[in-house]
Amino acid sequence: MERQVPGKEFLSVTVQRGQPGEAVRMQTFQVPAQDNQSVLDVVSWIQQNANPSLTYRFACRVGMCGSCAMMVNDVPRWTCRTHVSKVAKAGVIAIAPLRNLPLIKDLVADLDPFFDKWTDAEAHHHPTRDRDQPIAAVDPDSRERRQANAGIECINCAVCYAACDTVAGNPDFLGPAALQRAWTLYNDTKNADKNAVLDAVTGQGGCHTCHSLGSCTNLCPNELDPTAAIAGLKRASARRFFGRD
Amino acid sequence: MSALQLFIVQRLTALIMAPLVLAHLAVMAYAIHGGLSVAEILGRTQGSWLWFGFYGLFVVAASSHAAIGLRAVLTEWVGFRGRLGGRLRDLGCAVFGLALFGLGARAVWAVTLANTATAGVGL
Repeated sequence: MERQVPGKEFLSVTVQRGQPGEAVRMQTFQVPAQDNQSVLDVVSWIQQNANPSLTYRFACRVGMCGSCAMMVNDVPRWTCRTHVSKVAKAGVIAIAPLRNLPLIKDLVADLDPFFDKWTDAEAHHHPTRDRDQPIAAVDPDSRERRQANAGIECINCAVCYAACDTVAGNPDFLGPAALQRAWTLYNDTKNADKNAVLDAVTGQGGCHTCHSLGSCTNLCPNELDPTAAIAGLKRASARRFFGRD
Repeated sequence: MSALQLFIVQRLTALIMAPLVLAHLAVMAYAIHGGLSVAEILGRTQGSWLWFGFYGLFVVAASSHAAIGLRAVLTEWVGFRGRLGGRLRDLGCAVFGLALFGLGARAVWAVTLANTATAGVGL
């Protein structure tokens, strides 16, 4: 794979190859370096120019859909918005599928456990009214609304889930994204069943499992703060325990 | 106990222990630097409900806090999860907590109320 072209700079890009049932191996490609290129550009270059069988996942390419997250030099990143210059170390990049999730093939992780936990965290709407009633007014300046707003821009990329060492240690842990979603619903005045949300996140593997390590907040590409959301759930559950809510 | 109850006990015992640890360190520093002998220390602690309450509370808080913390360590680092693993873990941690409580309570009893109780005074 080594190619030397005078005047051209190359990145040394190692990608993980393989699928369940076979030995996972690392394969290195020399990818032309550009002044501006994202990690996803690099992966796409390999698939389009060097090895068409490389499997990876992406959709929007502009940081909205949350499909393209991968481990880049052992750190989970949204690859479409991660500039190579930010992560390459002396022109070397290692790319692997997201941590803490089952492998499908090459750079694609199976996100089913991640989304199943959103369901387990009761992260769906419990309406207060039906369609024939007028829409409930929401005060945008209320404390609850501001707390909910802080977490609603999640794009489900699973970077936080892959970053979480507590998930790595305890696969039953619901994880930062699902718990943050639960926290936004808990603070949503249009959500009727706060207790159902709190019940769902206070069992085994719930919010109390979190050690507040903060990797989720540190690496969230949308700069959300799941650590604070989980702390909010812990406070809310303690308040309810002492009958103060 | 539920995960929530364990969490509450863990946080409350931490809250209790924080000032107790500081007071304990201060007392240790005082006893050492003041050059108190064993007899002098025992003279202050024996028959004292105050020291019995102080270190008794300490032992209760430390033994339950340590057992709950160990439970989390066993869950995440040793992989004691699921039906059987979880039961083994909970049983082991309960025994560990009770053993800590037993050792601590024995020591507290010995330096505070033991002689008082047998002598039948100060109760």
